[in-house]
Amino acid sequence: MNNKLNVSLSPHVHSGNTVSGAMYGVLIALIPALCISFWVFGLGAVIVTLTSVVSCIFFEYLIQTIILKKKVTITDGSAALTGVLLAFNLPSNLPIWIIIIGALVAIAVAKLSFGGLGNNIFNPALVGRVFLLISFPVQMTSWPKPGQLTAYTDAVTAATPLAEMKFGLDHSFQIQDLLLGMTGGSLGEVSAIALLLGFSFMLYKKIITWHIPVSIFVAVVVMSFVTGLNPIEQLLAGGLMLGAIFMATDYVTSPMTTRGMVIYGVAIGCLTIIIRKFGVYPEGMSFAILIMNAFTPLINTFVKPKRFGEVVKNG
Amino acid sequence: MLKTFRLGGVHPAENKLSANKKIEQMELPSQVSIPLGQHIGAPATALVKKGDTVKVGTLIAQATGFVSANIHSSVSGTVAKIDNVPDASGNNRPSIIIDVQGDEWEETIDRSETIEKEIKLDSKQIIDKIKECGIVGLGGATFPTHVKLMPPPAFKAEVIVINGVECEPYLTSDHELMLEKAEQIMIGVQILMKAVNVNKAVIGIENNKKDAIELMSNVAASYEGITVQPLKVKYPQGGEKQLIDAVISRQVASGALPISTGAVVQNVGTAYAVYEAVQKNKPLFERVVTVTGKSVKNPINVLARVGTPMNMLIEKAGGLPEDTGKVISGGPMMGKAMPNTNSVVVKGCSGILVIKDLEARRKEMSDCIRCAKCLSACPMGLNPTYLMRVSELAMYDEAESNHIMDCIECGSCSFTCPSNRTLLDYIRLGKGKVGAIIRARAAANAPKK
Repeated sequence: MNNKLNVSLSPHVHSGNTVSGAMYGVLIALIPALCISFWVFGLGAVIVTLTSVVSCIFFEYLIQTIILKKKVTITDGSAALTGVLLAFNLPSNLPIWIIIIGALVAIAVAKLSFGGLGNNIFNPALVGRVFLLISFPVQMTSWPKPGQLTAYTDAVTAATPLAEMKFGLDHSFQIQDLLLGMTGGSLGEVSAIALLLGFSFMLYKKIITWHIPVSIFVAVVVMSFVTGLNPIEQLLAGGLMLGAIFMATDYVTSPMTTRGMVIYGVAIGCLTIIIRKFGVYPEGMSFAILIMNAFTPLINTFVKPKRFGEVVKNG
Repeated sequence: MLKTFRLGGVHPAENKLSANKKIEQMELPSQVSIPLGQHIGAPATALVKKGDTVKVGTLIAQATGFVSANIHSSVSGTVAKIDNVPDASGNNRPSIIIDVQGDEWEETIDRSETIEKEIKLDSKQIIDKIKECGIVGLGGATFPTHVKLMPPPAFKAEVIVINGVECEPYLTSDHELMLEKAEQIMIGVQILMKAVNVNKAVIGIENNKKDAIELMSNVAASYEGITVQPLKVKYPQGGEKQLIDAVISRQVASGALPISTGAVVQNVGTAYAVYEAVQKNKPLFERVVTVTGKSVKNPINVLARVGTPMNMLIEKAGGLPEDTGKVISGGPMMGKAMPNTNSVVVKGCSGILVIKDLEARRKEMSDCIRCAKCLSACPMGLNPTYLMRVSELAMYDEAESNHIMDCIECGSCSFTCPSNRTLLDYIRLGKGKVGAIIRARAAANAPKK
């Protein structure tokens, strides 16, 4: 025998799971919602999504090569995913320069300054979105009416369903509009059906478990009854589906145990309804998720996994 | 209905390449090297010296203390020397080296093919016989069988659980043994039941061995108290704690002995060895070994004498392929990668697995993304990524309070990790340190004599 043998500790085989596999899986799950956003908002949605994705990847590349001088990780799909999720949280008439600022905050401040993928405390896309919401409140809260396929920044705007509910305006929407996406809103959040389709894909591919989204849904329904809101409308309107399925389930910023996931999900659901009912903003999903991101390390410390032989009664 | 254990688990590609290959008799080597420590516990003490002549089955080393096992010659011939020989891990171990001459067996061994059904010995005689014949657990852990059959007085055995799971990918030695020696295994199980005085035994077999489930169920029908339980295919179902949970739905508490659930677990290979020892008076000096791998020309199951060089087994399977990157003693999940192929077959060697060069290399590790796949894979309900981090940072108190000692080192965490993190490597390191700290503490707190 002429070649040397490789000696390492067991296990000697690997499942083939990869980080990029999970990231691209989530991107595939976002395709239905992306198609709906192109169909509803037309050109504006295309420009916003492209700008956001390209600038997120560009900033990650730039910072990793010039400032950090580390290995470039743009191929793992996480920067592209942040880009799509950021775009999904923006109105389709947002000017390009504002989107670029949002992408810079998401990648540079929320992700890479904490040490890159795996080390960030807050969901990068949400940090980018909330930064823009606070810095550019006018542009960030004027949503185009659906169906203006060739319009971009010149689109006619209208109130979103949540704003109508919050400020007691007449309802201009039906439940089926919320399901299909024919309402005003951020570009990725409008169609509940498309987002639920992505959810089932991720469950099927075992990318995420059901715990976080379902506990958010349950908490939202219960809290709506308690505070006298319409639970169906609260579930379907605004960014709740997008947040519960794609933002709150971000691996890095959510708890690791199933019990922790349920606590985290219930808290997000409750906080969202509290902000929607009592806060100044009509939408509270982003804030609720970011607040609970901050509690994730605490949940991870105090909620341990169920151990073998600990809970189960012998019999 | 298929049962399985309740927490965690993974499903690696099964790759049972040598399934349904009849057990072939391995040729005798010209020289064997029989290690004195082939079991958990103290190595045996050599009884022979250079120049002594031995027969097949001659006692050549005696158990040292309670947790230890006798060792018998696997060949007839002359003792060449007693020397240190590297084992599968590359560590030097004292071994008895015997030059083979002919194949003359001890007269006391019954070499006939007849199946002895009647169990003449009583419980105590059975355990003595098993001890005398040097039987150890053949699933890989090599714990002396007689020790397991004598539980501490505080515990009462209620059921024998037989491990026919063979959850390691690639390995087929237990599967083939069940197909060829079902009757003998049943008698072995009956002997074990008599030894610990229970009237119930369950044989757990994974559902990827449907032929073995069918055959064993048919044979078991004529043995009172023995049933076959088909199990869902899931790794690490062959782990003692996982198997008890899967078969009788009881969980061993952290730090407790498996017998606390009333179950005594034995491998099918061990049951067969017990049959041979008690009914045929044959000591444990040979076993079935699977020689396999994707690049191996002819994957086989062979009956090989203890002390046979692994080279010979690999040659029989078509030789070591050019592109070999790793040779493993055991299965791919828990086996040991060997520095060379010069070591020998021992009692606990269930397989020799050849892995191609490219598959043998580990992929580059990246940061933990906290996806929690390791948490859902862990069959003991631990947090592997946290245990790795605290072991890396030498935070051993934290590792201990997060139950690092519960880890069974099955490797499901490292197997599943998308970041290719070396979770189990660090957890092993932490376990070693925490174990030493616990022992030191116990010694310091022990009453002074």
